[in-house]
Amino acid sequence: MTATAVRDETTKESRTMKVESFLGRHAALMPTFAALAILLLLFAGAEAFLRGDFITPRNISALLLDNAYLLVLAVGMTFVILTGGIDLSVGSVMAFTGILGAKLLADGLPVVIAVPAIILGGALIGLVIGVLVQYFNVQPFIASLAGLFLARGLAFVVSLSSIKVEEPAILWLQSTRITVGSWYITPTGIIALLAVAVAAFVLHLTRFGRTVYAIGGSESSARLMGLNVARTKVAVYVISGLCAGLAGLILTAYSGAGYPRNGIGTELDAIAAVVIGGTLLTGGRGYVVGSMVGVFVYGTIKTIISFMGAEQSWMQIIVGALLLLFIVVQRAIVARSEGRR
Amino acid sequence: MDQASPLLQVTGATVRFGADAVLRRVDLNLYPGEVHSLMGENGAGKSTLVKAITGAVPWTEGRMTLAGRDVQIASTEHAIGLGISTVYQEIDLLPNLSIAENVCLGREPRRLGVIDRAAMRRRAREVLEGLGLEVDTSALLGSQSVAVQQLVAIARAISTDCRVLILDEPTSSLDLDEVAELFRIIRELKARGVAILFISHFLDQVYEICDRITVLRDGELVGEYLTDELLRVDLVQKMLGHEGAPLRARDRETPERASGEALVSGRGISAGGVVEADVDLGAGEVLGVAGLLGSGRTSLARALTGVTRLDSGIIRIEGETTDLESPRTAMSLGVVYSSENRRRDGIVAEMSVLDNITLGLQAERGIIRRLPPAHRRELAMSWVDALDIRPADVDRPAGTLSGGNQQKVLLARLLALAPRVLVLDEPTRGIDVGTKVEIQNLVGEMALNGVSVVFISAELEEVLSVGDRVVVLRDGRIVDTVDASSLTTDGLLALVARPDESEV
Repeated sequence: MTATAVRDETTKESRTMKVESFLGRHAALMPTFAALAILLLLFAGAEAFLRGDFITPRNISALLLDNAYLLVLAVGMTFVILTGGIDLSVGSVMAFTGILGAKLLADGLPVVIAVPAIILGGALIGLVIGVLVQYFNVQPFIASLAGLFLARGLAFVVSLSSIKVEEPAILWLQSTRITVGSWYITPTGIIALLAVAVAAFVLHLTRFGRTVYAIGGSESSARLMGLNVARTKVAVYVISGLCAGLAGLILTAYSGAGYPRNGIGTELDAIAAVVIGGTLLTGGRGYVVGSMVGVFVYGTIKTIISFMGAEQSWMQIIVGALLLLFIVVQRAIVARSEGRR
Repeated sequence: MDQASPLLQVTGATVRFGADAVLRRVDLNLYPGEVHSLMGENGAGKSTLVKAITGAVPWTEGRMTLAGRDVQIASTEHAIGLGISTVYQEIDLLPNLSIAENVCLGREPRRLGVIDRAAMRRRAREVLEGLGLEVDTSALLGSQSVAVQQLVAIARAISTDCRVLILDEPTSSLDLDEVAELFRIIRELKARGVAILFISHFLDQVYEICDRITVLRDGELVGEYLTDELLRVDLVQKMLGHEGAPLRARDRETPERASGEALVSGRGISAGGVVEADVDLGAGEVLGVAGLLGSGRTSLARALTGVTRLDSGIIRIEGETTDLESPRTAMSLGVVYSSENRRRDGIVAEMSVLDNITLGLQAERGIIRRLPPAHRRELAMSWVDALDIRPADVDRPAGTLSGGNQQKVLLARLLALAPRVLVLDEPTRGIDVGTKVEIQNLVGEMALNGVSVVFISAELEEVLSVGDRVVVLRDGRIVDTVDASSLTTDGLLALVARPDESEV
């Protein structure tokens, strides 16, 4: 009996040691786990409240479909925030590329030209912001704010009113439903998930990705270590712009039209999702998968509120409160990991 | 040795920042298989020369040859690519990434363009084991101690095929064993034919490891010497540019300490890394604190100044029990603290010298009672003058000053508060001999004026020469309190080291 007690003791000890070393390695994961826990809580709460009508294959599938554009934006935003920057332009860029695509298609251009034009258009605005930030030393907040106004203005230049899209290839992205039982996924959803997968791969397993984290940790150290800081910093804004262009395509397919007033304030939703997903606003810590969780938390709250028939303004109050909670959680974790030293 | 041609040769290096020439026509020759020391006071241009060689600051004039070929270093990447590796003075690594990544970043082993994490950890572990360090290479760097971080920085520098290795103050945060280990590595690299540039303020270390010494003063070359042919006295004289008189310790006044009349007295203080410490500090007394890294010396300082709350124990100031709940409370009682990490917890680098000096005073007066600008300027000028802060320009950002002058600015800020108790945590770490002596003398003067000083230093000679009494800490406990005059450095060393080791 004593022998078992001793063994219990040692297994317990080795378990705490494992937990310790896990925490030492992955302190940055904790906020992401917290986001996941909140997502599950939301699901459970809604399920209980709506008496089993919430967690249905239809609802969960719709969650991805309805938020595909936001997910793509959040992926791009994660790159920027990881370097310690911010990109306020993505909502406008999404609107501009969307209306641009709709206009090009309405003018009779083929899809093979219109779609690359949309994505390149987004990347180009990202490039301008990146160059401003890196080579003209403009604060990311200001540079991307300029990008926001530029893209919104360009959207109105393209068209003042909404342009309907009738191109079957674009509508296909939205209307095709690959079904498994009563679960379904659209090509737009697949694009969004692919974006997450590619981003996770790039961030964790390529030199470029690790340089992104390094810049967020300390830009001057990264420079002294001989990493290519300039190129990487420009590249994250290009990636964010590219993602915004892709989101423009997805949103156009989703709504079947381009509209210059689309996505006003969406950049803030994307930032909120990234922060809720556990990425530190000061950079260097966070995961793109966390941003995906953040988008789902955001989408779920929206769905719950529309199910309950409550005012949409509650949406913003709840997201605001969650954001506050997460920033406090992050501060606590950072303080803890510094205290462990 | 002279028949070999230099591996790296710098001729006529000049670096200007605006109108100021920080470096004027300096030559440096690094030979393969030789350890070369670059010596000089703060502001002599050592760091600037290092940065010029590694491409971190642009050259105004001069040329550099590597293995006989002219090179123009365009960037730090370029320097690393040419085989010039550097460990900078302040640890410049990334706390948010793993140890393995910090060692391998930028040159990670890859398979088909994808980082091979297992191979990366393996490589990092091999290099670190070569340095005698066994750690979990997947752990975040930020969770490790400063000494481990320093070793990781060194591991990063030597993990490539470097031909030239530059070590800028690599030993300032290492303990004796770790320094010995580092020297073993340096000798190994030397045998491999690496040219090593070693910068340190510890003369002992320079004489132990270096073959050749280049001395700089005020941005100019004084000369290049073989270590064996240069006496220490001569070296110090060349660095200071005048006779080495200031190196002598201040004349000790016999401490007239009325027994039982302690200004600050702590009983059973436990906080952070210190356990049940009893401390008494008389008025006008300098209490030296000696102990190894991690012995609790910083924890003691932080407990006495309200930076960390006490877990248990009491602190009495003038016999009255006080609860030092924050540094602000402590300051209002005249107890001020200077952190060991002046760059992080001391100087506000972006603010001017003027603002840095008057910051503390303004904070004490509160935001309503603003100091008149003219008064502030006058005050700052008088401190700059009194402490001989150079350059004597109060509008310069404090971050652009050399380490020793930053420390003086920090001291000026504290002294402007007219404190009764001054707690100085390693005030002379990483600064040159001249400024060091000035600060030591200043401490003596303060004590004569009735200010009590707690003086923490890793250098035992300094603790002995500055302190009236010395508190010896070991593993978080005070093991002894002795009169400084009754103790030799060797005696103190025996107290600081573990008892079983002191038997040797």
